Amino acid sequence: MKHLLTAAMPREEAVALLDLAEDMHQIQEREVKKLPALRGRTVVNLFFEDSTRTRSSFEIAGKWLSADVINVSGKGSSASKGESLRDTGLTIAAMGVDGVVVRSGASGAPALLADWIGRPVVNAGDGTHEHPTQALLDAFALRRRIHGEASRGKALDGVRVAIVGDIAHSRVARSNALLLPALGAEVTLVGPPSLLPPAASDGTRLGVRAETSLDAVIAEQPDALMLLRVQLERQAGKVTPSPAEYITGWSLTDERLARLPGTRIMHPGPMNRGLELSSRAADSDASTVLEQVTAGVSVRMAVLYALLASDQGGSR
Amino acid sequence: MTSMQTRATILVGASILGGESRDLAIDGGLLVDPATVDRDRADVLDASGLIALPGLVDLHTHLRQPGGEQAETVATGVRAAAAGGYTCVFAMANTSPVADTPAVVEQVHRLGLDAGLATVRPIGAVTVGLAGERLADLGMLAGSAARVRVFSDDGHCVADAELMRRALEHAASLDAVIAQHAQDPALTRGAVMHESPLAAELGLTGWPSVAEASIVARDAMLAEATGARLHVCHVSTVETVEVVRAAKARGIRITAEVTPHHLLLTEELVRSYDGRFKVNPPLRAERDVRALREALADGTIDIVATDHAPHAPEAKQTAFADAAFGMVGLETALGAVQQSMVETGLLDWAGVARVMSTAPAAIGREPGYDAPLEIGSPAHVVLVDAAARTTIDASHLKGRSANSPFLGVELPGSVRHVWHAGRRTVVDGEVQA
Repeated sequence: MKHLLTAAMPREEAVALLDLAEDMHQIQEREVKKLPALRGRTVVNLFFEDSTRTRSSFEIAGKWLSADVINVSGKGSSASKGESLRDTGLTIAAMGVDGVVVRSGASGAPALLADWIGRPVVNAGDGTHEHPTQALLDAFALRRRIHGEASRGKALDGVRVAIVGDIAHSRVARSNALLLPALGAEVTLVGPPSLLPPAASDGTRLGVRAETSLDAVIAEQPDALMLLRVQLERQAGKVTPSPAEYITGWSLTDERLARLPGTRIMHPGPMNRGLELSSRAADSDASTVLEQVTAGVSVRMAVLYALLASDQGGSR
Repeated sequence: MTSMQTRATILVGASILGGESRDLAIDGGLLVDPATVDRDRADVLDASGLIALPGLVDLHTHLRQPGGEQAETVATGVRAAAAGGYTCVFAMANTSPVADTPAVVEQVHRLGLDAGLATVRPIGAVTVGLAGERLADLGMLAGSAARVRVFSDDGHCVADAELMRRALEHAASLDAVIAQHAQDPALTRGAVMHESPLAAELGLTGWPSVAEASIVARDAMLAEATGARLHVCHVSTVETVEVVRAAKARGIRITAEVTPHHLLLTEELVRSYDGRFKVNPPLRAERDVRALREALADGTIDIVATDHAPHAPEAKQTAFADAAFGMVGLETALGAVQQSMVETGLLDWAGVARVMSTAPAAIGREPGYDAPLEIGSPAHVVLVDAAARTTIDASHLKGRSANSPFLGVELPGSVRHVWHAGRRTVVDGEVQA
């Protein structure tokens, strides 16, 4: 693995990364949470888009691996003064950094940077395209919920996951629609018709099944229900439903929660309580929300280690 | 006086429009009967093995001057044109300032005369500043020294139906044509590639086919109602082909163009996120490419036009959504047409001459192209080595910009010699100064 640009990867590679994340997960239980693996390595978090959660998670992951982590924000930097994406990337690479974690509002920006700068690049979310570490942490948290301490080596065979929300604009949905099926899970995308991406000739969307009725999908009793953050203000009133209509059709309300006794409730955060899901759903025992956050650090440690540790050396 | 202006030239043994071989003679800017030329006093060129075509005419070229000189100028653009076998290009109006006044179109016309390698026919804007709000002075542009006969807001759609109706009415009285960039703006907000499952996968905003076909359907009915001539720029979808076909069957005065890149390339190239493959309308699906080729072969689509759109590197080397739309195309058009239409058996070389020279000249009312390679016609002649194959690199691009989708791609055919009104503009593949 030279870069992590997409969650599309072979099953074996995904399981190996999740297993590596299990190793990293162990140190979270230690008092001194520090491994020397990336000592002397420099990682730049290049964030053209605000994201306190993802940036902090990558920063902690890098620091627990003893890397020097520098945060560069696109806002207030040269990038906001008209410098091109390419020049910003080349400038940072010229400073001798070992790896770059990129968050951008532009789909494909991390892939272009990877071509231009010749250093390992991690996609920390690009536009409406992908967010591969989010999918990995979702898989990790779900695998742990299902298999517990016996997770190592396992995949998600036969696990049925429904992803609900603004699928068309969600990089989280895209990455999960790639990664979870590779691990053997069955993914169903659920959302209002205007927020689903175009269908292929076989009716699939993003390569998986899509439905417009959340209630119909709830009737199938999925193993996990993943609620996406919804930004109804994006195109207010034009193509998106009103909050009232959204809640009526696609929110995990208390009433719907009661119909899902054995289903894990997932959310990538930040949550809009009362919109995507009720507070009771968010705080229920079925909720994996905080486990997902914890898993994020472990998964990102695994990714940085796989890309930057000297004995890995980009040879894979 | 140079010898070129006084001596006749005889081209020996060229295959005329890909058919029988016979000699051509050029004297005084015209094609003349070889039998009347004294061979001892003429330059003789062995053209055996080469195909003779009429000089190509591009109804859709962006020369960028005035205002975009970092990407192209009239002088550099006609070099690209000559290299591709073109002897006449129609320069789009989306310059800065916009070509919506006689001063601008006359400036572009004059720059073309100065450059000399090809005829430059300025296209006038339909609306002031391409803003789509009020009509430009079409009559003054038509009556200027630039004799504008094609009007277009290309880059923008004339979306307002009332404006389009009035533009068509006005153009009809001037024997001019409105060339529409058919793109419903409401259906294409933020759109950067073909709307498709691939766009969903790549997370890029889609440009749906219906945004083109619906405008063409509306405009066809407006053309019928006004009796005016409508030309559809860069048709890119199977749905639009069907609308144009139905409009022609109805007797509506509609013509249509397709670009070389839409005949050869698909949206799959966007997977790389390389801004070189960003163009408007976008590269479409395989089924569209097939339909466009068939439509060009059966005459539903009348012509090939390049939509040559030069951009400086910084406009392209950025995130796909931020990159400028457009591709250069003058230098590679004939090769792309040979590959997509001739080598597939869909079109013979006489057909190529029709769709790349005779028909575009007729639509743009450029005289001198109605009797290709016939005695008495202006000597606009191209000699092509159809057997050659060339891997395109920056050295083949003679304009100022290198944003070609064909870099690194092998294309058939090579333009060896070009005469523009009897003047040699390309010799052995080299553009003359």
